[in-house]
Amino acid sequence: MRKIKSVTHAFLSRQLPVLICLIALPVAAQQQWQPIANDGLRDPAGPAVKVLQPPGEALSQLAPDTAGNQVRWVKALEQGQIHPLSSLHADTKIQTYERDMLLNLRGGMPVVRFPHGIHTKWLDCSNCHDHLFKKQAGATKISMFLILQGEQCGVCHGAVAFPLTECSRCHSTKREDALAELTRGAAETGVPLPATLPTAMAAPLPKAPEPAK
Amino acid sequence: MTRRARQADTGASRLRTVLFAIGLAFALVPAPAAAEYGDVVLNRYAEKEGMRPVVFPHWFHRIRFRCKVCHFELGFKMRAGSNEVKMNDIIEGRFCGMCHDGQIAWSVENCDLCHSGKAGLPPGIFGGHETLGPGRW
Repeated sequence: MRKIKSVTHAFLSRQLPVLICLIALPVAAQQQWQPIANDGLRDPAGPAVKVLQPPGEALSQLAPDTAGNQVRWVKALEQGQIHPLSSLHADTKIQTYERDMLLNLRGGMPVVRFPHGIHTKWLDCSNCHDHLFKKQAGATKISMFLILQGEQCGVCHGAVAFPLTECSRCHSTKREDALAELTRGAAETGVPLPATLPTAMAAPLPKAPEPAK
Repeated sequence: MTRRARQADTGASRLRTVLFAIGLAFALVPAPAAAEYGDVVLNRYAEKEGMRPVVFPHWFHRIRFRCKVCHFELGFKMRAGSNEVKMNDIIEGRFCGMCHDGQIAWSVENCDLCHSGKAGLPPGIFGGHETLGPGRW
């Protein structure tokens, strides 16, 4: 018993500082919402700092996150915490598209499941097509190198949408799960999978729910 | 314990002490001045025309409007620095002027609320993370 105690004590006294560091560093590194006067951009002597809303006042009320604005913007939207307008003019055509895309099917990282649905809640098709990505699946070679330089997905992710430090939010699907899904889709539609898998394919559409009797 | 092992042990404990000190410093010292993620500075023309740079907070606007309102309806291109926004456009109801008209949002007479940046700020996106992305431009 005494031995266990002394071993525990020795472990704690030696490892505790390291544990504290490991816990404290990420917490400290996480950017906190700053008051307007302390954002490094606005002139603290100017009139704006007295008038403008501090980010923490609004953002602390929304679904929390550990990166970017520390807000899960999609969750905040879906849970009705925010009600952003889709258009200013009544005659603007709002376009949405629901189909998921499976990207990076032949890469080393897990497959990317790109949800068109979530993106078109915020954006119009023309924000990405065709100048950033061609509409045809696989026609645009998507590269992490370009994304990290602020091209392709990096136009928004890393600037206003969740940052590129959050790898697994995009690389979210195990390769075997993606393949199983595509195989199932191929069996349902009768269109066989190509012998050589392309880098990107549209995910099969989810089965329409049974009509209620 | 051999001498070398003792030295290695001292080295490891020193390292732990240093790490601990760094951790403590991070935990106790208040966070340095930092822009909010997605803040944009517009200063292509402002200071040349004798006004302070404009600071545009994405976070405030996206609570109220989806991205497509400004980046599709109003015609703001997505890439920072690719929009030539002049005060005349805004007064005539283009770009920011579509809302900042005294009806939806404050009107152009409130110069200082937008032209609020420190002198000499370069245009670009601020508050970004440690990637080479637009946050670091």
